[in-house]
Amino acid sequence: MKPSPFQYRRVSSVQEAIHLLATNPDSRIIAGGQSLVPMMNLRVAAPDLIIDISRLNDLNSITVSKAWVRIGALVRHREIETSETILKNLPLLRLAVASVAHQAVRNRGTFGGSISHADPAAEFPACAVLLDATMEAISINGPREIAAREFFQGPFTTALRSDELLVAVRVPIASGYHFSFHELSRRQGDFALAGIAARAQIHGSIWNTEWVAFGVGDRPILLSAVQQLFSNRDANSVRDEEIFAAAGKDLETLELEPAIVSFKQILVGELVARAVSDFAKRPF
Amino acid sequence: MDYAHTIRLTINGRSVRRFVEPRLNAADFIRHELGLTGTHVGCEHGVCGACSIVVDDVVIRGCLIFAVQLDGSVVETIEGATETRRVEALQTEFVERNALQCGFCTPGMILTAAEFLSRKPAPSRLEVRSALSGNLCRCTGYEAIVDAVMLAAERLR
Repeated sequence: MKPSPFQYRRVSSVQEAIHLLATNPDSRIIAGGQSLVPMMNLRVAAPDLIIDISRLNDLNSITVSKAWVRIGALVRHREIETSETILKNLPLLRLAVASVAHQAVRNRGTFGGSISHADPAAEFPACAVLLDATMEAISINGPREIAAREFFQGPFTTALRSDELLVAVRVPIASGYHFSFHELSRRQGDFALAGIAARAQIHGSIWNTEWVAFGVGDRPILLSAVQQLFSNRDANSVRDEEIFAAAGKDLETLELEPAIVSFKQILVGELVARAVSDFAKRPF
Repeated sequence: MDYAHTIRLTINGRSVRRFVEPRLNAADFIRHELGLTGTHVGCEHGVCGACSIVVDDVVIRGCLIFAVQLDGSVVETIEGATETRRVEALQTEFVERNALQCGFCTPGMILTAAEFLSRKPAPSRLEVRSALSGNLCRCTGYEAIVDAVMLAAERLR
């Protein structure tokens, strides 16, 4: 359970980091290391070089404008837990962060790390997709922006090229939404068996909803049948059986054993029902 | 590029300077290089909490950080927390309540609980269980540990 040998460089500028990425094809960025190091310890990952960006202070702040919140890639999960800016402008992230691993991992793990690692069971990629975030990357070829809905391409696979460094995630501030976040796992802090991030604009009994499921497919999945269920209809008339049927429809093309697909359909149906209950009570 | 690096850090209030291979993790460094064996190695992938240490004021997994990354950091282990008596209330209640048997998980439990109580001085039992969910114990069944943390919280208030 020790990693294979590698070289280490701690960089003091973004320039240094992207130069190393470009000239070392078998290198990986290390920020918090809370996903990378377990993989290295298990020898699932064996980079020749790890590039430590943890001292790049330009990447560790949360800034806000009227239209967006910009989360630097090195912002720790711990800061998402405590930031007033996040609570006020992006309350979904505050809901989600409580489900991220355990406190020791949240103390060190980073937002950018979670996004660029793209674990299908992770919370923040799903939130980024729901909130239509934009990922800001840079390489020796210059800066590039990628929309969240195009960013997650498969398990641990993103649109980032191997020589690109994620520097920030920019999330639009949208007002007038209620949010809900639910996750099921065997024990607190375990990887999600299923999870949803959702938002709703509530006009009386008509809800305009959007839903993203995670932990079920190879990337965050937009639940369009569930969204359709609520469109132009009195939300109070939607029955549980319809919720489970819609969730089932959204997951029917999952490429997994049938028993596992059924399992995930039931879990997601349950989580959608819980979110519907949240929206009905409007606590958040 | 170097195959080994000089690192300088402060550990339990003392400055140390060592020469380490990149793949040496902090828990192994602390145990074998520095002889501080209160930090334990369990799962080596971040789920059991036996390796918990305090780095730059926060509790982290010692198995998920390499010693080279500690260059310039301030580190505290269970030994340091004991020396400064920072965790004395918890240690007393753990002993009183029999919240340790083999003791393997105990340093991690104490450091994690201490950080939790500093952030949340008056928790419920459920909150304590949630806070310690990243520290696994194979001996006690956890009830005594939760009791001890609740009693220490009361004493500290």
